[in-house]
Amino acid sequence: VTTPSGPDPRQPEPTPADDGSSSGGVTTTPEVTGAPGPGAPAPGAEPRPFLQKTLVRHGLLHAGALLGIVLLLEAISPFRNAQLAQMAYFVPAVAGLTVLTGINGQISLGHGALMMVGAYTTAYTLENAEGTPFVVVLLLAILTTTIVGAVVGVAAARLHGPYLAGATLALAVGLPGIALKFEDALGGEQGLRVSPPRPTDGFESFYANIFGDLSNQKFIALVGWALAIAVLFLLSNLITSRVGRDWRAVRDDEVAAQLAGINIGRSRVLAFTVSAACAGVAGCMLAAVTRLAAPGSFTIVLSISLLAAIVIGGLGSLVGAILGSAMLVFLPQVVTDFGAGQGLNSSQAANIAPLVYGIVLVVVMLVAPFGLVGTIRRKYLERKARKMLEAFAAAQSQQQG
Amino acid sequence: MFRSRPFTRTVVALAGASLFLTACGGDDNGGSGGGGVGGDATGVTDTSIKIGTHMPLTGPAAPGYSEIPTGAKAYFDYVNAQGGINGREVEYIVRDDAYNPSNTTTVVNQLVLQDEVFAILGGLGTPTHSAVLDFLNEEEVPDLFVSSGATAWDEPDRYPWTFGYQPDYVVEGKIIGQFIQENFPDAQVGLYLQGDELGRDGAEGVKAIIEDQIVAEVTYVVTDTSVRPQMQQLQSAGADLVVGFNVPGFTARQRGAAGELGYNPTYITSNVGSDANLVGTLIAGASQGAVTPEQAAAVLDGTYTTSYLPTNDQPDDPWVQFFQEVWDEHGDGGALSNYRIYGMMQAYLFTTAALAAGEDLTREAIVEAIQSDGSSWKGPWLAPLGFSEDSHRGVTGAKIVKLEGGAAVDQTPVYTTTEEADSEIEEVTEEPGEPTEDGLPDVG
Repeated sequence: VTTPSGPDPRQPEPTPADDGSSSGGVTTTPEVTGAPGPGAPAPGAEPRPFLQKTLVRHGLLHAGALLGIVLLLEAISPFRNAQLAQMAYFVPAVAGLTVLTGINGQISLGHGALMMVGAYTTAYTLENAEGTPFVVVLLLAILTTTIVGAVVGVAAARLHGPYLAGATLALAVGLPGIALKFEDALGGEQGLRVSPPRPTDGFESFYANIFGDLSNQKFIALVGWALAIAVLFLLSNLITSRVGRDWRAVRDDEVAAQLAGINIGRSRVLAFTVSAACAGVAGCMLAAVTRLAAPGSFTIVLSISLLAAIVIGGLGSLVGAILGSAMLVFLPQVVTDFGAGQGLNSSQAANIAPLVYGIVLVVVMLVAPFGLVGTIRRKYLERKARKMLEAFAAAQSQQQG
Repeated sequence: MFRSRPFTRTVVALAGASLFLTACGGDDNGGSGGGGVGGDATGVTDTSIKIGTHMPLTGPAAPGYSEIPTGAKAYFDYVNAQGGINGREVEYIVRDDAYNPSNTTTVVNQLVLQDEVFAILGGLGTPTHSAVLDFLNEEEVPDLFVSSGATAWDEPDRYPWTFGYQPDYVVEGKIIGQFIQENFPDAQVGLYLQGDELGRDGAEGVKAIIEDQIVAEVTYVVTDTSVRPQMQQLQSAGADLVVGFNVPGFTARQRGAAGELGYNPTYITSNVGSDANLVGTLIAGASQGAVTPEQAAAVLDGTYTTSYLPTNDQPDDPWVQFFQEVWDEHGDGGALSNYRIYGMMQAYLFTTAALAAGEDLTREAIVEAIQSDGSSWKGPWLAPLGFSEDSHRGVTGAKIVKLEGGAAVDQTPVYTTTEEADSEIEEVTEEPGEPTEDGLPDVG
């Protein structure tokens, strides 16, 4: 009796494409070949319906998310708007880092420094070429950060594990010193002040017609989230594409990836560069939201916070990146306010925020070692795999009986 | 590994987040309390005034500086116990920014938009406060008595809501320069500077008076772990008088490096870097128990520095006695440090301004009161305040003192001047104020 080969329970990767549509047909002969990758229909397969195309689905979902953010910003207080603006500059950086670490398996303790490159490019451009459109400034920030990221990435591609961590750590520690050394151009300890982008009159009146008054807080949060969602959209497409599969292959087994024809060095440098570009967006928005680029904002604590955010959220998960960013923004404030409410003085209340942060990190690692999103997803997939196995076993016994 | 549909989940998560945020956000964008016609009375009720500040309560800048708000709070508690300011109790909210400008933006947003404070009092630090300068002035929130000696706070045209507090570093430098000119006319002066506004402005002041006596100028950045190369440079240039514009940690490093080099010049250290207790604690910490903080503090014996407020080594000063009483009654333990006196004086100055603004306290009224009457207010500050329509400078001068056995011995009268290089340095003839019977400022 030959056993028909079934879906391997160890690799229950449902692709976005087979979303529910094939689950009804478990009892029929299981597909022997792997599911075709999204975006590239297998030869002979029917072209996918328009709405099921990855790009279209991602586009619609992200556009919906942006609309949700606009409504959300309207519904909440100015302070919450400011907090969301803050979260908006963490999201691209954390998302970029989670792709680098979770999908490609490279660690970086230097993303805070890469954000600094983006922030200083923004501040320097605005200071020396006043009136430059924000879009141009943003593109310049991305460009310089990408260049720095590519250079670091080439070095990083040759290093592994603790050596890579050490090299990027050096970046995080050393780079702020540049702002102090070139004090005349970069403003030293005090940094460079940034005038944040303002809405054009046309946009302002357009917005006023639909929602009402557009405050500065709201506008900057809106810009930040538009960029954050754009970054998430691009990253999500990238990691479900061939490039993303290459990155995963390199992460899981370099030798196997090489045998499959993947240029490992190129793949790793590309991942680092993409991730750096995201940090550039984040740095540019940080400068716009805090209205300042100063070395004090880019301490090693920032880089480590970003890393903690992806670990808590779940390595490699973009949803996890959003959750992790939310944690960075809301946890200190909630904990400090709670402490103050319990009668602690302001100094004691301020000191429990880092403590709780550490405890959360430890507890997540103990209880949910794949991060919040990673663990939930794992549970879900385990259940699904078990069901499929049961269904398969049932079908088999029926056949024999 | 585990690929998924992040996008479905993105939306679900955002929807969830929006519910959460809406639930705890509230729509409290109202603002103006019972102000009436006199302007914006956000944060003021008939029985309370809410003010806020940003301070480093955690992180490397916290030792020392985190004591400032405890001093201010003790004085406000004292005022509240006396019935408050025109019947209004002061609620003083301190938020931690860990000396990180990004955090400063966050906590000041919270103070202004969520806590809806009436004013920000004594936000600490040049880089940190720079981050919120535009925001506070756009929102038209009084930004009073910034805890930093940068000259940026005195720009009434650009920042009409921001007021300085301590003498700026240019003024301090000029007074030090004049002291050298009169007492050490033959000295070869070396400058030891922090690589930011502190060092730059201080040097500008000193050079305005004694440019020709300066033989060397060295700069450190706060990430330097040793300043031995800098001290060596001063030594080989033959400097026998070293003027430092630096923070306390770099006073400790400076003395350590000079000791190693067998270099023993006369030192003049700016007010910021000369807190003997803190420098002593830092040196003792670095020695890992080899010396006690008290022994280490003796390193500063013979150092000249400037002073613009009474200090805790003058137990006979009426202000120090008064602040000691306030601290004993309302403090949270510990000794009355000079940082706490600094905070109390700040709170005293705010109380003066709020009283002068009158019964109908509004944001406009307090700014108006400071501009029109501020220069005549009396208090613990040694030199007069520089407030007017065209000037938002705080204390305008200082005196030179010598540290001897834990006490500061006066070397000069109190001088006052402005930051223009050629303006006169004048002796202050009026006496500083005395504490009143009830300890509340008397604004007439």
